[in-house]
Amino acid sequence: MMEFTDDQIERYSRHIILPEVGGSGQQKMLESKILLLGAGGLGSPAAYYLAAAGIGNLGIVDFDRVDLSNLQRQIIHSTERIGMLKTESAKKTIEALNPDVKVTLYNQKLDSSNIMELIDDYDYIIDGSDNFPTRYLVNDACVMKNKTLIHGSIYRFEGQVTVFKPGDGPCYRCLYPEPPPPGMAPNCQEGGVLGVLAGIIGNLQVVETLKLILGIGKTLVGKLLIYDALNTEFRKLNLRKDVDCPVCSENPTITELIDYEEFCGIKNSN
Amino acid sequence: MAIKVRVPTPLMKLTDNKSEVTAEGETIADIINDLENQFTGIKDRICEESGAPRRFINIYLNEEDIRFLEGEKTIIKDGDEISIIPAIAGGTCN
Repeated sequence: MMEFTDDQIERYSRHIILPEVGGSGQQKMLESKILLLGAGGLGSPAAYYLAAAGIGNLGIVDFDRVDLSNLQRQIIHSTERIGMLKTESAKKTIEALNPDVKVTLYNQKLDSSNIMELIDDYDYIIDGSDNFPTRYLVNDACVMKNKTLIHGSIYRFEGQVTVFKPGDGPCYRCLYPEPPPPGMAPNCQEGGVLGVLAGIIGNLQVVETLKLILGIGKTLVGKLLIYDALNTEFRKLNLRKDVDCPVCSENPTITELIDYEEFCGIKNSN
Repeated sequence: MAIKVRVPTPLMKLTDNKSEVTAEGETIADIINDLENQFTGIKDRICEESGAPRRFINIYLNEEDIRFLEGEKTIIKDGDEISIIPAIAGGTCN
């Protein structure tokens, strides 16, 4: 059993006094290992609040550098860090916020050669990627490694959040068996996102992650939460496991990772 | 019978930027055909040539994915609501 320091008791006091968290819940958070795929729109707020919550081990995967156009939503970075690796920038912010968090950086582009090893060390994986090839790669790897994946995606004024827990619910391919072909994807090239939407969806991913760590409440396993910012609506749809799913069914047809070609027309970026 | 259909952002340019439209029909297939009559080109975005929804688009009748009901033959009743939900990949939109 880890002993809290006086500073930790004070820092986490608003958690510790919650009956659903308590000292033991806070300890679980300090001992947990979370991997964030991307330190961008979703990853920024997620990393920020995970760090504030006292997640003890935070891995961050991104190969990109901070750009001025990121700062409308990627709040973990700052103007003076333009040009810096996003992982390095995120680490600086996190360490300034909470020295309890051990940050491990992976300045890599995700592909079939590295994803299995990357996710292996972590309890939960948060998908903050921005393209279909990465989303399918991450899903398949998490199914194969039996890792729970907290999924979030955003487009203009709409966001989607769900939790894919192998063995306990559907996976991304149960939902959408194949990625869209080039040109059919409602993707980044059509452009634009309300910056704060990234904060809402990224933080809903954090809420799900913390509930999983703490073992409290009802998670979004088997549910797709849709947020429509323009109409101020949250909707929850039922997701079912596809008995013919190419990757998570009893007789999968996909047993190796696939590196899909990028088809957004924009660089493949986490 | 007019049914409320929720249109996702990527298809709204086909529906005069409306996120909610109404369509008539007894089945999901009827509804999609009626949508096509109103908004030319929308069926091709939602369905494959066979008439089944594309593999990166799901259609929900209320809270249920029609793939786990009777697919596009699923019968609808008054007061039902249909949602078209495409896969979206955005996370940072660089």
